[in-house]
Amino acid sequence: MTPRRRRLFWVLGIVAGVGIAGALALRAFQQNVMFYFDPSRIAAGEVKPGQRFRLGGMVEQGSVSRTPGSLEVRFVVTDFKHQVAVRYDNVLPDLFREGAGVVAHGRLDASGTFVADEVLAKHDEKYMPPEVARSLQAGKSAAAAPSGEAR
Amino acid sequence: MLVELGHYALILALLLAAAQAFFGLAGPALQRERWLAAVPSAACGQFVFVALAVGVLVHAFVTNDFSVRYVAENSNSALPLFYRVTALWGAHEGSMLLWILVLTLWTMALVARSRYLPPAFAARALGVLGVISFCFLLFTLATSNPFARLIPAAPDGNDLNPLLQDPAFAVHPPILYMGYVGFSVSFALACAAMIEGRRDQLWAHWMRPWTVMAWAFLACGIALGSWWAYYELGWGGFWFWDPVENASFMPWLIGTALIHSLAVTDKRGLFKSWTLLLAVTAFSLSLIGTFLVRSGVLVSVHSFAADPSRGIFILILLVVMIGGALALYAWRAPLMKSAAGFDFISRESFLLFNNILLTIAAAVVFGGTLAPMIADTLGLGTLSVGPPYFNPSFLVPILPMLSLVALGMHARWRRGGLKEARRPVLLALGAALILGLALSLGVYMHPLTLTPIGATVGLWIILAALIDPIQRLRRRQRLPASVAGMSIAHIGLGVFVLGITFVQSNTIERDIALKPGQSAQLGAYQFRYDGGQDIEGPNYEGFRGKVTITRNGAPVSVLYPEKRRYLVQGTVQTTAAIAPGLNRDLLAALGEDVGAGAWSLRLQYRPLIRCVWIGALIMAIGGVTAVIGRRQRGLAPQDERLALNAGAAHLHGEGGAR
Repeated sequence: MTPRRRRLFWVLGIVAGVGIAGALALRAFQQNVMFYFDPSRIAAGEVKPGQRFRLGGMVEQGSVSRTPGSLEVRFVVTDFKHQVAVRYDNVLPDLFREGAGVVAHGRLDASGTFVADEVLAKHDEKYMPPEVARSLQAGKSAAAAPSGEAR
Repeated sequence: MLVELGHYALILALLLAAAQAFFGLAGPALQRERWLAAVPSAACGQFVFVALAVGVLVHAFVTNDFSVRYVAENSNSALPLFYRVTALWGAHEGSMLLWILVLTLWTMALVARSRYLPPAFAARALGVLGVISFCFLLFTLATSNPFARLIPAAPDGNDLNPLLQDPAFAVHPPILYMGYVGFSVSFALACAAMIEGRRDQLWAHWMRPWTVMAWAFLACGIALGSWWAYYELGWGGFWFWDPVENASFMPWLIGTALIHSLAVTDKRGLFKSWTLLLAVTAFSLSLIGTFLVRSGVLVSVHSFAADPSRGIFILILLVVMIGGALALYAWRAPLMKSAAGFDFISRESFLLFNNILLTIAAAVVFGGTLAPMIADTLGLGTLSVGPPYFNPSFLVPILPMLSLVALGMHARWRRGGLKEARRPVLLALGAALILGLALSLGVYMHPLTLTPIGATVGLWIILAALIDPIQRLRRRQRLPASVAGMSIAHIGLGVFVLGITFVQSNTIERDIALKPGQSAQLGAYQFRYDGGQDIEGPNYEGFRGKVTITRNGAPVSVLYPEKRRYLVQGTVQTTAAIAPGLNRDLLAALGEDVGAGAWSLRLQYRPLIRCVWIGALIMAIGGVTAVIGRRQRGLAPQDERLALNAGAAHLHGEGGAR
């Protein structure tokens, strides 16, 4: 092989490799990216049926109820304009509480209940995920929603 | 008064950093000998004043001086003394101070070793470190002064975040920073080489030990963080592809590529400009990591909610430092041409593949980490990227990379093939295949498709790494530290791959509500919940459950998972209980009281999870072995220069091919 052909060979190989890896990564990316919706955008019908997404907002005061002796827990997530009922069948995180911000991963079922497979509240208690803070502020509540300010 | 002295010391350090940068960069350029001599003194002075500032802040923590805002926010008089000291890096301001302290430590190390370098080159490298140090000191003083007073003083402090009240947290940030910041030395040496426009490859030889040390520290730091998350976050995960984890992982991947490409540059004078680019990239990723953690642009467990002015400040620093280095690279890289060639199957080509694949892997992580931020900025909606993206996409470049390791270790420099190493390498592959299949199909049942592949690759790497030391031992040859280090590091990689393979394919997790006396079955293990009781700690109260684990009726372990409520902040924290073992971990964590006398529990069986961290530790030991061995050969400066010319003795240099 002449040096030039060898170099060509190398370059083609590397381009092909990078291309394939890029295409695969992009595919995985498209399939696995999760969008964020708040209750108002759900009420507006922006969520496609069966789409897995992240729901964010505040856990409504007095809305948490559980079936005694089982893991099943139900609560309502609000952005002060609209509400979404949530069902969850796993252990809740430590920082989950009524009146605090929450992000849940899951899907809407036929009745419009959000079935969560993961509930996140893993930040410190004064910390509000920026997108949730935005949703809550947009929900023009009289009660000034806590912003991302802490520490 | 003392606190103001600390603040003053930090300002003096800033001035000395400016002096170090100026004399270091201008001295060689204007050929002023006396300016060169001022550089190490400025560096030492800077270290002394930074250390003084840190000492003052530690003193404020220890003596519960709640008139300092940072102390009031992150400590409490009921906090045990040990955690009052580690609270120093419990939040933003203090960890910036730690960052700077670590940077000055590395600077001091470079000063100590600079007699082995040409004076002008050493001065330039120290000058670049001075620039970095100046930027960070300026940032700390301008936006996040840890010595700010709180007037009037708080009666008591706000307490340290309970998650951080843990021994692993005492060592995780310093070690991680040693790694992160350690790449600044490689960066500085690369910049110095580019400024001088060196046409030789000696800079690669000088850069190698620094890069390997930083890389080893980073491996330890990441492993410690993962281990801490595993038992302290309470839910048994050990890697979440969290933005901040990624921020430390990307420099490590690029650092790994850098170590390997340095081997080629040092040994054969090839890949020079690529190596320089990697050195710049590794440290740039460390800086971006700092930016991600500190600016609060990404949602993560580690985010300190921060004010936006800091984010913009860091962004400007990033543009100045990374942009400057890249401009320098664009200017100087064309000088770094090399004429030598190599065969398609040679050590060089395998190391090139290693570099390409590791860089792609880092790019995959980078894309996934920054995508949410980019989409948000462009108004494409708020999205998040998680393990479903990272796991498969990361495997695409990494699996081929791992499969080539065993061959690459034994390929010969420059020309063709494996030669006499072919037989043992293929034998190792056969043995690994048999063992891997036996492990994945026989010992750990219900495997995924990838399980036997991962097991085989991991075992092949381990066995292939053993070939060289065994052969040398049989021939009664000396085992140079560089070869030993490389073998150890690759064995660590193999152990790590084995661990990841089985913990990913054979973990059993169950969330379940249990009343006292009820039990749950996980594989061969039976977890019985035996009720619990209320407990009281120094600064918390809580509930402690009892979980008895048996295997086929024989007792294995009794676990006491806790649920704690910390009194000052009112934070609730799950403290998981773990029965560790080399072959498996059993974990129980308390969820909450779900009524009717039952508690929700999270129970887990994780095989070989310890191998993940032990593997990382072995890799780090391998790196340190290679560096220390090289030093212990005890070369006086002149001897070392001779050795340099002979191009002897490094991490990868002599591995396998003789």
